[in-house]
Amino acid sequence: MRHIVSLLMENEAGALSRVAGLFSARGYNIESLTVAPTEDPTLSRMTIVTSGSDDVIEQIIKQLNKLVDVVKVLDLNDGKFIERELMLVKVKATGAFREEMKRMCDIFRGRIIDVADGTFTIELTGSGHKLDAFIEGLDNTAILETVRTGASGIGRGDRILKV
Amino acid sequence: MAETTHPQQITGAEIVIRCLEQENVKFVFGYPGGAVLHIYDAIYKQGHFKHILVRHEQAAVHAADAFSRTTGEVGVALVTSGPGATNAITGIATAYMDSIPLVVISGQVPVPAIGLDAFQEVDMVGVTRPCVKHNFLVKDVKDIAITLKKAFYIAKTGRPGPVVVDIPKDITAHLADFVYPESVEMRSYNPVTKGHSGQIKKAVKLLLEAKRPMVYTGGGVVLGDASELLVKLVKALGVPVTNTLMGLGGFPSTDKQFLGMLGMHGTYEANMAMQDCDVLLAVGARFDDRVIGNTDHFYSKDRTIIHVDIDPSSISKRVKVHVPIVGDVKSVLAEMNELVALEKPTQSPALKAWWTQIESWRGKLCLDYNNNNGLIKPQYVIEKLWEVTKGDAYVTSDVGQHQMWAAQYYKFDKPRRWINSGGLGTMGVGLPYAMGCQFADPTAQVACVTGEGSIQMNIQELSTCKQYSLPIKVILLNNRYLGMVRQWQEFFYENRYSESYMDSLPDFVKLAESYGHVGMQITKPEDVEGALKEAFDMKSRFVFMDFITDQKENVFPMIPNGKGLSEMILAEDL
Repeated sequence: MRHIVSLLMENEAGALSRVAGLFSARGYNIESLTVAPTEDPTLSRMTIVTSGSDDVIEQIIKQLNKLVDVVKVLDLNDGKFIERELMLVKVKATGAFREEMKRMCDIFRGRIIDVADGTFTIELTGSGHKLDAFIEGLDNTAILETVRTGASGIGRGDRILKV
Repeated sequence: MAETTHPQQITGAEIVIRCLEQENVKFVFGYPGGAVLHIYDAIYKQGHFKHILVRHEQAAVHAADAFSRTTGEVGVALVTSGPGATNAITGIATAYMDSIPLVVISGQVPVPAIGLDAFQEVDMVGVTRPCVKHNFLVKDVKDIAITLKKAFYIAKTGRPGPVVVDIPKDITAHLADFVYPESVEMRSYNPVTKGHSGQIKKAVKLLLEAKRPMVYTGGGVVLGDASELLVKLVKALGVPVTNTLMGLGGFPSTDKQFLGMLGMHGTYEANMAMQDCDVLLAVGARFDDRVIGNTDHFYSKDRTIIHVDIDPSSISKRVKVHVPIVGDVKSVLAEMNELVALEKPTQSPALKAWWTQIESWRGKLCLDYNNNNGLIKPQYVIEKLWEVTKGDAYVTSDVGQHQMWAAQYYKFDKPRRWINSGGLGTMGVGLPYAMGCQFADPTAQVACVTGEGSIQMNIQELSTCKQYSLPIKVILLNNRYLGMVRQWQEFFYENRYSESYMDSLPDFVKLAESYGHVGMQITKPEDVEGALKEAFDMKSRFVFMDFITDQKENVFPMIPNGKGLSEMILAEDL
């Protein structure tokens, strides 16, 4: 099953490689991994999207907790949560495509953030499924380039991951 | 403008020395080189600890590791950058697999040179990441003291392990005030100590009600200094107990309640009891693949498993357990003892029947061997070694058949006496391990049980042993084969002995003599005991004993790879 694991870790050189190395050394899946400092610059927040059986997920959480730089770990799937991902898509915007792209963008509540003679760059935020649906909805030949951040997640209501 | 120097400021190298002094380090095992020259200069000027010059960095780490296994203190090794650092890796990985607390200080190229492929540069933090508990690269002289404080703290607390501190050369020349922190707090590192009392109660209840109870303990009992508490508990409950390879000595081997080692080369009675018990208490052990080879086969019988371990990730990793107890084994066993004492258990009829069953398994005499072919049997050498040393020696071993025979036939009654590489299975540890033991306990009897393959992997340390006059006794079980490889080839590869024969062996007697030691070769069974006595009587000499043993002897019992605990091959089966 797909799980989103959030963790807070010391914002130190090499911390990311400890997490990435753990996943590769123990053969765990990483679908995506995002990391950036938090409002407290000494802490980084990482979101890892992974998948595995309950036993594997249990081991992943335990192994992450074992890393000396990791302060807190939360399996977001243990409760209610929100996930968002940002995607930038550069598409062909010539002829009929120009109107079509604008329409698709509106339907998915995206924004065109760069306009050039033959291209639009669309910014789209949402769950991974929504971004997938957008890509599937586009004419494949119109897509020039895509870039996705990977998911970020946060618990709903008073589910808070903080030191 | 030049920075004004505070009169009390000292160099980074001197700070390193002062930190080691503050940690009460008695021995540093190391090898000098360019990046650590400032530190070596500071060592020259200090008088707090003894530096032991090895002949290869791998041996420095192994010796520090054995020093720790013997004393319970943090072992310290010092190596230079690049090749010095990479030579240390096998030692670090060995310690990591067996949870041995070490601080390994490695030199690094100067900070401005890092990343420029400088001479003798290697990314030590990157290279060691998968085989350390934690590691640090210090980039500011002001951080040396706090980093070393953290390194010692992390190494010895929780589930212990090696910590690498990589120190660039320029930092060791910079000046700073020396302040060693009294204590260290890390928000990201708070190891659990006390076990959950509700779970402990549940565990004790299960053990008291069990019909076929069994206790299985590992290296955690030895490392956690919990042997006495284990003995107390096992005695109070009147239950059988087995130890893993790493746990030997955790329970006295000569005690009636001890069923011997379990696992791939464990005894018949220990493995059968593991398979057939109804309540299993696992303490400081991790159900690894050499203990429970085939987990499905293990699951084919129902039993309730209680697992006490300080590392949550060791629980339910390979084998699902029912009553997990995360905590320091010493604290958990103490609590269990208190609860058991309140109950004053008596032997139930079921437990009595269980013991009758166990005695019938024991009656198989699975460790009996044929000693009548005129050749020296390796098992016989170990039995005699046990007799001659009165069961009180530190025994180190390398890896292979000789290791298993030492584990099976030397009856360890005390913890921290059996020093071997269980997890990583590192050939070549035996001699440097013996060095570490002998430094820790200079007047003790130290025997290095080895094979002619393993001993040659760190043979250069004969020179270190000479330099420091270490009276180690090498017990070489020389069968001219990489014995364990040959045994597997005999069983599973139709006797195709691919590259397992050791040709062109040195004359070990002359070799030992050339290093200034005593060399002996023993070829007849009737000479074994006398030779051992003679060697151990030479209390101040290093004696290299080359026992020419039966080439075709195999280790039994044996659970073939992938088979279950009750599917052992016994010597009598063949």
